[in-house]
Amino acid sequence: MSIGLEHYLTLSAILFTIGIFGIFLNRKNVIIILMSVELMLLSVNVNMVAFSHYLNDMVGQVFAMLILTVAAAEAAIGLAILVVFFRTRGSIAVEDVNVMKG
Amino acid sequence: MTFTDLNLGLATPEIFLAIASLVLLVIGVSLGDKRMRLVAWASVLALVVAIFLTASDSNSGLAFQGLFVADGFARFAKILSFGAAAVAIVMSLDYAERENMARFELPLLMLLASLGMGLMISANDLISLYVGLELQSLALYVVAAIRRDTVKSTEAGLKYFVLGALSSGMLLYGSSLIYGFTGSTNFSILASALTGDAGLGLIVGIVFLCAGLAFKVSAVPFHMWTPDVYEGAPTPITAFFAAAPKMAAIALFTRVLVGPFGDMVGQWQQIIIFISVASMILGAVAAIYQKNIKRLMAYSSIGNVGYALVGLASGTQEGVSGLLTYMAIYIVMTIGSFAVILAMRRKGEAVEEIGDLAGLSRSQPALAYALAIFMFSMAGIPPFAGFFGKLFVFMAAIQAGLNVTAVIGVLASVVSAFYYIRIIKVMFFDQPTESFDRVAPTLRLVLAVTAIVITFGFLAASPFVDMTADAASVLFVE
Repeated sequence: MSIGLEHYLTLSAILFTIGIFGIFLNRKNVIIILMSVELMLLSVNVNMVAFSHYLNDMVGQVFAMLILTVAAAEAAIGLAILVVFFRTRGSIAVEDVNVMKG
Repeated sequence: MTFTDLNLGLATPEIFLAIASLVLLVIGVSLGDKRMRLVAWASVLALVVAIFLTASDSNSGLAFQGLFVADGFARFAKILSFGAAAVAIVMSLDYAERENMARFELPLLMLLASLGMGLMISANDLISLYVGLELQSLALYVVAAIRRDTVKSTEAGLKYFVLGALSSGMLLYGSSLIYGFTGSTNFSILASALTGDAGLGLIVGIVFLCAGLAFKVSAVPFHMWTPDVYEGAPTPITAFFAAAPKMAAIALFTRVLVGPFGDMVGQWQQIIIFISVASMILGAVAAIYQKNIKRLMAYSSIGNVGYALVGLASGTQEGVSGLLTYMAIYIVMTIGSFAVILAMRRKGEAVEEIGDLAGLSRSQPALAYALAIFMFSMAGIPPFAGFFGKLFVFMAAIQAGLNVTAVIGVLASVVSAFYYIRIIKVMFFDQPTESFDRVAPTLRLVLAVTAIVITFGFLAASPFVDMTADAASVLFVE
């Protein structure tokens, strides 16, 4: 059996779904949310590169490189915000992110 | 490909903003936080120059090999976004100094966010859409958490970041599917390739893209971050969030749906009708129970986005023109309302409860009348400008045959009139408490200008509507 486009798309859809569930079902730690976000962005990259190869078009790979760079910047900002949150609140448990409710 | 093929001239405002923010960053770092005022006024000046550059250049066309488009629609949206950002910086000055958040990074980040807004409004490719949107969002996450010594502000930043990153992920997943099933990311190529019927993959892609963009404009069902972020972020930052990025995101939403997917109205119209009706209803009902005025404004902004999206749902030129009119009026009303909220300070402490406004008409009548004007306008009572905004979007909806949507919109606007007018009741008929501190001169100026525009705006209605019609017509040229 050869690995075709559909296998990559399925893999990426599964990873993306795991990422979304990681954000919503996780009740423990904000770091896990950050990991889930990374997982979502990387699953998109799998999609992009697979399509790029399938279509014989470079644009998808260029897009993937840009997603990688922006994801790095996003992770840096997310961790920085998490650090200032920890300093004021003294915890990074998801259930403690609850000063404002509504 | 030569250098002149890039058509850099069309992106002059963005290039100017990019250079200005880098220069100001160096100046800010070398002078330190004590000279925050200098950096802030320089940022305002840079935005004013960018507005001037945008308004004075009437050339349209593609730049950066088709990644960037300059046209009448982009110019209109950019002038509004940059203007709102400049006013927000001016309003943040006094607040920042009193609340111990006077860092030079604050105006700079707002300037960078404005640059991102300019890029996303002018995006003509899924790649430039993503990069522009992220430049704006990353700056906004930091700005929300700028008071890093308070739990509320950092929590607002954290929530905004997590949900913003989730929405970026959905937007990207949608982009990847659109790219895969059409073979291009360029809006011009997509527009000519897509003609009516679409495969399942493409539809799923469009749904994901819409979900990501609905997050950014805070439309139901992707609104849950809005009340918390609006309450937690420092008040001038909330004013900024409610005005400039919203305009840019709505403009981007409109360009994406009407441009490349313009021939597929049948496919996306249902989605937009649903999110606009849901936003109008939630904005009207949920705000009734709010005691914190910033939270109330958050639900009000969700409702207002719903009304604006009615214009997009109709999918016609009249609809888009109504949407632009609505957003322009909404921005002025919001900035005015937040100027009043910023003036709510008692003995040097900011207060945010609606009850704190009690008896304002006797202690500070000018402030009370200004807020009354904004609230009447938001409720859609003529002759204030807010009425005309609603009128144009609902008229466009009825012309497009969306009678049910328009009726639900009018009913939602009646319900929302309850909480707007309750604020007026609190100000004019409740027993006065202690009066507020003296209002800063910059805030007074902002208040006077916005109140006059909202009250007498109808005098300039017809040239303004011509302007929005011109801006909207660009998107519908075949």
